[in-house]
Formats: sequence, C-alpha cells, structure tokens
Amino acid sequence: MIYGIALLAFSFLLGQWMGIILGHWIGIDSNVGGVGFAMLILMLTKEAFQRRGWFNAELEYGVDFWGKLYIPVVVAMAASLNVKAAVTSGSLAIAAGIIPVIVVFIIFRYLNKTLKIS
Amino acid sequence: MTELIQVIDSYGLIVAFLVVGIVFLFSSIISKKVFRSKIPASAIAIFIGLVLGYFGGIFGGGTNGLADIRIFKGLGFMGGGMFRDFTIVATAIGASFLLIKKSGMLGMISLFLGLVVFFTIGVALGWIWGFRDAVSLTTIGAGACTYIVGPITGAAIGASSDIIALSIGIGVVKTITVIILTPILAKRIGLNSEGAAMSYGGLMGTTSGVAAGLAATDPKLVPYGAVTATFYSGLGCLICPSVFYLILEYFL
Repeated sequence: MIYGIALLAFSFLLGQWMGIILGHWIGIDSNVGGVGFAMLILMLTKEAFQRRGWFNAELEYGVDFWGKLYIPVVVAMAASLNVKAAVTSGSLAIAAGIIPVIVVFIIFRYLNKTLKIS
Repeated sequence: MTELIQVIDSYGLIVAFLVVGIVFLFSSIISKKVFRSKIPASAIAIFIGLVLGYFGGIFGGGTNGLADIRIFKGLGFMGGGMFRDFTIVATAIGASFLLIKKSGMLGMISLFLGLVVFFTIGVALGWIWGFRDAVSLTTIGAGACTYIVGPITGAAIGASSDIIALSIGIGVVKTITVIILTPILAKRIGLNSEGAAMSYGGLMGTTSGVAAGLAATDPKLVPYGAVTATFYSGLGCLICPSVFYLILEYFL
C-alpha cells in the first residue's frame, strides 16, 4: 500500500514542480496546471507499471484510498469557504459570480448538441 | 470537559474526519428518506458543508467559514490546498489516458472559450455597475474567471485593494454557484460522458467548483473535468493581465 501512496506522492510533487517551472517560464508567479501534470504523470506511470507487470491491487489500493477521500475533502473545503462574505459581498459580486456561469451552462448545452461530444 | 477540549485542540485533523463523517451520515439519511435517493448523498453533504461554512462565518467572524471556530479548525487543514490537490490527483488512477488524449484538443478550445466568456461578461457587468477604468474592469473580469485569477491580475496591473477584494468575492460566488448548479443541471445539458466532462472543466474553469460539482453528479467524471480545469487558472493568470488588459485599455 505504501508503494501506491509513494507513487502518488512522486507524481504529485513532480507535477507541481513542473507547474511552478512553467509558471516561471511564462513569467507569472503561480502554479500553471501542476495538478493536471501530476494527473497525467500518474496515469502514464500506471500504464508503464502495468506493462512491466509491477502494478498490483495492493499498489492501486494505496492510490484509490486517497481518490475516495476526495469528496469528504471537498465537504471540508466547502465548510471552510468564506460563504458569508460571498453571500453578503454586494450585488456586483453576486451578479458577476452567477450570470456568466448560467451563460456557460447554455453554451455548453449548445456545444454538446452540435459537436455530439462522446 | 477541559480534558476533552484539550484532545479536540490537539487533534484537529482527526476531529475533522469525525465531523465530515457525521455530515455524510446525515446526508445519506436525508438523501434516502427525503429525496428517495434522487439527489446523491455527496451533493447534499457538499451543500451542508456550504451551509456550515456560512454559519461558521457568522459565529466565527473570520474568512475561513467553520474552520475559524477553534474546535473545527482541522476542517481548514483537511479542506486546504494540500489535501484537495493530492486527492484530486489520486482520482486520476481510474481515468484513461487514451480518452484524455482523444479529447485533449476539445479541452484546450474549451479553456480559451471559457476564459473569454467569463472575462467578457464580468467586464460587461462591471461596466453596468458603473466602473469605467481598464484596471478595475480587468480585475473584475479576471475575478469572474476564478478567485485566484482575480487577485493575481489585480496585483499585476495595480488595482486598488477593494477592487481586488471584490474580484475574490466574485470568484467565490462563482465556485459556489458551480458546485450547486452542476449536479442539478448535469442531465439537462448532457454532462454524462468523459469527453463532455473534459470540455465542461475547460469551460467552467474553477477546479474546486468543477470537481466538487462533478463529484456530486458522477464521481467517475471528476478526473476528466479536473484535468482540464486545473489549467484554467494558470492560463487566466497569463492572459488576463496581458492580452485582455491591453485589449480593454485600447478600447477605453
């Protein structure tokens, strides 16, 4: 199990590192897609491990455990968001936070119908 | 009693596990008894989380919702960036690299389209609310992208601190809106496949909003939405203070 967690940690750190390097490289002081890189690295290592026959249920369990924790973590995140400030931050914040989201829902529905994304 | 407080104080993260577990217990009961399993327990749990965050803000008086109340401070750690990113990355173990490669182009196009739409509408609303200078309008438009893009853009082009605070507020409202509306509207907009989730993540952007919304819709879709959404803030931080700002400045 610990090998799975270590593999996850390795992908995570390498991805975040790449994100920060990319950020510096394009001249902004922030992490650009570190999580995305980490996810791609994890998927690629998984495939490479499977080809060599190193990937087993025990290893997958170590990663899967953390993946299943995602929703509980989101609940904790929701509870520690500044919801009160968001609700009371004035009409512009409410309008600019909600209206574009609704427009994008409509755009997405239209795109989905025309492109038949599958 | 003082001994119990001492235990709660020393083991914040463990207390958070217990609190979230209790929230889930209530959510699954509400889901089964009240909504006859039509609304998934995780969606209700996330919504309860938001309500707790609201009341935490009222009673705690801080900026971190319930986590500002001493006995719940572990929630801030559990829901913080480290755990959130680590667990999102872990969900990728169930995703297929081939599918992501197949929809990669679509995801990229969605990213740009999403940024342009959010920024433009944000700027238009800022204009309606009476802002006329390019710096404020750009910061407001960037805030409509995410609560990370807003302050970074504002700081880069020299916006005032109340405008930066406003842009964070806009971004947080956006995240919450996406969390609540995604599971409600998913069926109606055809958000039911891996490819659709990838383009959805690119269009909507906010990683926490998209991933939480998808988690409440169908946990299988989380990695696909997250893998594109995670590039949105970075791309926004790159484009908003440069290209978008220069375009606005040219017109004003």
